[in-house]
Amino acid sequence: MSANGWSVASIRSALTCRKVSARELAADFLSRIEKRNAELNAFLTLSPERAMAAADRVDGMVSRGEALPPLAGVPVAIKDVISTRGTRTTCGSRILENYVPPYDATAVERLERAGAMILGKTNCDEFAMGSSTENSAYGPARNPVALDRVPGGSSGGSAAAVTAGLAVAALGTDTGGSIRQPGALCGIPAMMPTYGRVSRYGLIAFASSLDRIGPFARSAADVATVLGVLAGHDANDSTSARVAVPDYAKEIAAPVKGLRLGIPDEYFGEGMDGDVRSRVEVAIERLKSLGCQTVPLKMPHSSYAIATYYIVATAEASSNLARYDGVRYGLRVPGTNLLEMYKKSRGRGFGPEVKRRIMLGTYALSSGYYEAYYLKAQKVRALVARDFLEAFQQVDAIVTPTSPVPAFRLGERTADPLQMYLADIYTVTGSLAGVPGISIPCGNTSQGLPVGLQIFGAHFQEARVLQLARAYEQAAS
Amino acid sequence: MKITREDVLRVAELAHLELTEAEVETYREQLDSILTYIDQLNRLDTQGVEPMAQSLAAGGDAQLREDVVAASPVAGDVLAIAPDPSKPYFRVPKVIDR
Repeated sequence: MSANGWSVASIRSALTCRKVSARELAADFLSRIEKRNAELNAFLTLSPERAMAAADRVDGMVSRGEALPPLAGVPVAIKDVISTRGTRTTCGSRILENYVPPYDATAVERLERAGAMILGKTNCDEFAMGSSTENSAYGPARNPVALDRVPGGSSGGSAAAVTAGLAVAALGTDTGGSIRQPGALCGIPAMMPTYGRVSRYGLIAFASSLDRIGPFARSAADVATVLGVLAGHDANDSTSARVAVPDYAKEIAAPVKGLRLGIPDEYFGEGMDGDVRSRVEVAIERLKSLGCQTVPLKMPHSSYAIATYYIVATAEASSNLARYDGVRYGLRVPGTNLLEMYKKSRGRGFGPEVKRRIMLGTYALSSGYYEAYYLKAQKVRALVARDFLEAFQQVDAIVTPTSPVPAFRLGERTADPLQMYLADIYTVTGSLAGVPGISIPCGNTSQGLPVGLQIFGAHFQEARVLQLARAYEQAAS
Repeated sequence: MKITREDVLRVAELAHLELTEAEVETYREQLDSILTYIDQLNRLDTQGVEPMAQSLAAGGDAQLREDVVAASPVAGDVLAIAPDPSKPYFRVPKVIDR
């Protein structure tokens, strides 16, 4: 049982031929977490009882010789912004330090129904606001590849857990790059599905027109299996799409020969690390050697995406986070009157980045500024989305770097918020447009730090994205 | 300088955030620099562009369900995590003076 050896498929066959029980697997992963978590800070809360109960259900199915569901006995980790009934869910914030959700997110329910064993909740930037997991109120997570460096963010704990072999798959959330960027910085596949593909019921909201749930795993095939379990309409989420879900695990094997890959100029400009550039260029050559054609693209509004995103996302956040007032749940700091209680609870419960974004969003929505900022940003968002729609009339997928830089050192970028925002420069575009995207590892820098290749597909074309990811992965191994 | 100290205080009031004196100055500087960066959006002509509020794609349009009453048996769990519950209410400081 090597530390990183398990996949969804190998667990399934080991269970079926009774080489291992789900209970043994769960116990093994929980003990690995116990050994490694002090240095990685990937998990904030463990749920051993819940994992063992799931293991017992799977072992029962095995002993009765029943057909196993798709994620039978797969140990998974859940980002701490996704609600888990009975298991503390903090959003990486002091304001929810003792919050125990009274219900499960649909994504969590679907994972468990498919046989997954939930090990615990992973560290993240507070309310998913950040690109390094340094904005967590519970201390930063660390990159398993280089412990003095960040794992990326905001889903850094999930990325670190899968990379270190503390879980076989994990859920993250992506609003501006928070799945793909940590996937790139840790060197594992990480997917943001189409907006509406996966239900967000039970996801604690940051920016509702952008937030998405998606998987981390150690191979494109495992990402496909987990996505297949998560995807589909949910009556509890009015934004979840009524679009048929393909069998991703099957469709992933389709050939990629002849596919047209768009290479947008705007993603290869200044500010990119030299090693990142050369690894990505080599990866594109490899895709060409598999029979893909490359098509140079212009996506002229890309450079406006960060500015657009930081208005849209913060405006929505200022509204979504208005609910934390110390009345119904979360931290309450007493005051002499109701208003003072609100202000003190929020002032002390939220960390610096969350307050900064609430301030920015409130400003952008305030009387006299709404048109200049929020409405303007919504219009530019339409132009960024149009760039994608036009591109997908010419190409089957768009290939870019995921992050302009590899994993940076802890503390290196915390002084200047704007500098940290620019870490998302290649990922926010797809977030604004609503298209699916994956980051897959494409080699290391000369310092041994992972580089991520990003593949965008058209709306609901996750299968195509996964086919390319798998074909690349197989050619590279 | 786009953002003044008064702007910060006004926004903090709207957002119900108590800020320390040090935070007021830090946020003034940071918001100023972020909004200066965001000003680049004004270089784009967006005349006639429909604002995009949601990214629901073709086939993914939101549909409203029937509005029917359903049981939600979580009231007890919800009150159990409240800062100051008084079944079946949440207690707050006095709002109305008589």
